[in-house]
Amino acid sequence: MLIKVVARSAVVACAFVALTAGNASAQFDFVGSWQPIASEDVQNDTLNVDYLGLALTDEGRTRALSYDESQSSMLERQCRSWGTAYGMLGPFGLVVTSQTDPTTKQLVSFTIAPWEDWTGLTIWMDGRQRPSEHALHMQSGFTVGRWENGAIVARTTHMKEGLIRKQGVPLSDQATIDWRFYRHGNILTVMMVATDPLFLAEPEVVSKSFRLSAMPLDYRAECVVAFEGKEPGDSVPHFAPDENPFVTEFMNLYHLPREAVLGYAETLYPEYRKKIKDSYVPPPACTESCGAAGNFVLRR
Amino acid sequence: MKTWPLGATLVLSLFIWSFTGSTPRAQQQGGGAARSARDQAPMDLTGYWVSYVTENWRYRMVTPAKGEYRRIPASPAALPLINAWDPDADERAGNQCKSYGAAAIMTVPGRLHITWQDANTLRVDTDAGTQTRLFHFSPRAASSPRSWQGESTATWEQTSGTEGGGLQVVTSNLRAGYLRKNGVPYSESATVTEHFDLAQFPDGNTFLLVTTTVQDPVYLTGPYVVSPHFKKEPNGSKWDPTPCSSKW
Repeated sequence: MLIKVVARSAVVACAFVALTAGNASAQFDFVGSWQPIASEDVQNDTLNVDYLGLALTDEGRTRALSYDESQSSMLERQCRSWGTAYGMLGPFGLVVTSQTDPTTKQLVSFTIAPWEDWTGLTIWMDGRQRPSEHALHMQSGFTVGRWENGAIVARTTHMKEGLIRKQGVPLSDQATIDWRFYRHGNILTVMMVATDPLFLAEPEVVSKSFRLSAMPLDYRAECVVAFEGKEPGDSVPHFAPDENPFVTEFMNLYHLPREAVLGYAETLYPEYRKKIKDSYVPPPACTESCGAAGNFVLRR
Repeated sequence: MKTWPLGATLVLSLFIWSFTGSTPRAQQQGGGAARSARDQAPMDLTGYWVSYVTENWRYRMVTPAKGEYRRIPASPAALPLINAWDPDADERAGNQCKSYGAAAIMTVPGRLHITWQDANTLRVDTDAGTQTRLFHFSPRAASSPRSWQGESTATWEQTSGTEGGGLQVVTSNLRAGYLRKNGVPYSESATVTEHFDLAQFPDGNTFLLVTTTVQDPVYLTGPYVVSPHFKKEPNGSKWDPTPCSSKW
């Protein structure tokens, strides 16, 4: 009898330990304001033709080269906002809140608040189903997440076609974005992996770190439409892809190889570094905008 | 007698909990028949990994212009060194590995081969610069001379309110080196804290993310944080050891 009782208790105890251990080790505090740590370059000088660190398909490259930034001056495009990926590519921090079910008190979602020109991101954590593949696509897409091994694992689908770089590199409405959110002390590192069967030959991976801010951040701002020289009905500004006048600007500025600036997949791997070893000539010594805050400032 | 099952369950729960500890760290500190770091590993980092250079391309894949230190919070004390960078002099002085030290090596494009050297030491070999890093999970008795890779202490981290778990490595006792190929310096007082995380994706790719914080009271005004990532490779067929070079 005693053996039976002990055995039964042991089974229950093991189940208790397994369940509680799993829950206790699964989550970190995600809510708060996270300041960007701008020590990694993704967009460099934001020159018109700079696809460094991207693996584009020929179609993606052609579309990117046809882009004219004046498109964003068109009245109907001024407040369309950047798509989901821009949350990691843009210059701002993350303001994260959580939403709970008022009855069960269970977590429903995390929301990363929008900026003036970014749609924000809602990560549904309540296990809800994704919409049908035919459902409406939105700028922000539809994101479902879960806790896994101490990280938030999420996937975004149902995005509208947009851009993965402000310089016009496209991301199609068939793209998906996988996310990982890791926290180590006061550092939050977000890994974004964008996959696109149309415009990306290989995934675009961005990992960006943020520092917990003691002060609340607020990036809310109203987008204001104003006349910027484009009349309603004007044609959409663009270039013929093989006649983009800016194609050599970034290459010449830093003596960079053409295939790297134009986003060929081989340029993402160490073998490429060895390939260009004997042909690369470093640019002349830096004389202005050389320091930590030199981003967005051209060194000419 | 009727209350026995509940009491037994609680006692047994605590008994089992004390052994399972729910975390590797608890196991490590628990004494008794301590399991090795390899046995406690919550993730498998071993294998071959290749740099996937989608960020800081211009600072990693080619040598940037002399004098450029964008994105690095260099202190005023660093500026004379940045502007005086002379790769030929480094080569002549036998310092061609200055940009391959622990504060920079994970950002140098190349491959990693991660193995367990023994049950409590994780070994990371790099083919770029043929460097070896040893992550010690056990306390080390005596300190060795300063080196490019320094002394690294490793811990499996417990998930908590401010911690996502994974591997933390803290490295010090470094020889002074460069954060970038073009001579942006870190001093021998620098400390490097790294967090290793794994991410598996539905397309079959597995990435290793190394969130790295370099702190240096001499040549940095604040922490320098980067997060290079690596893609898992099926084998070592592309492993290509190359020596350190101060010029490339």
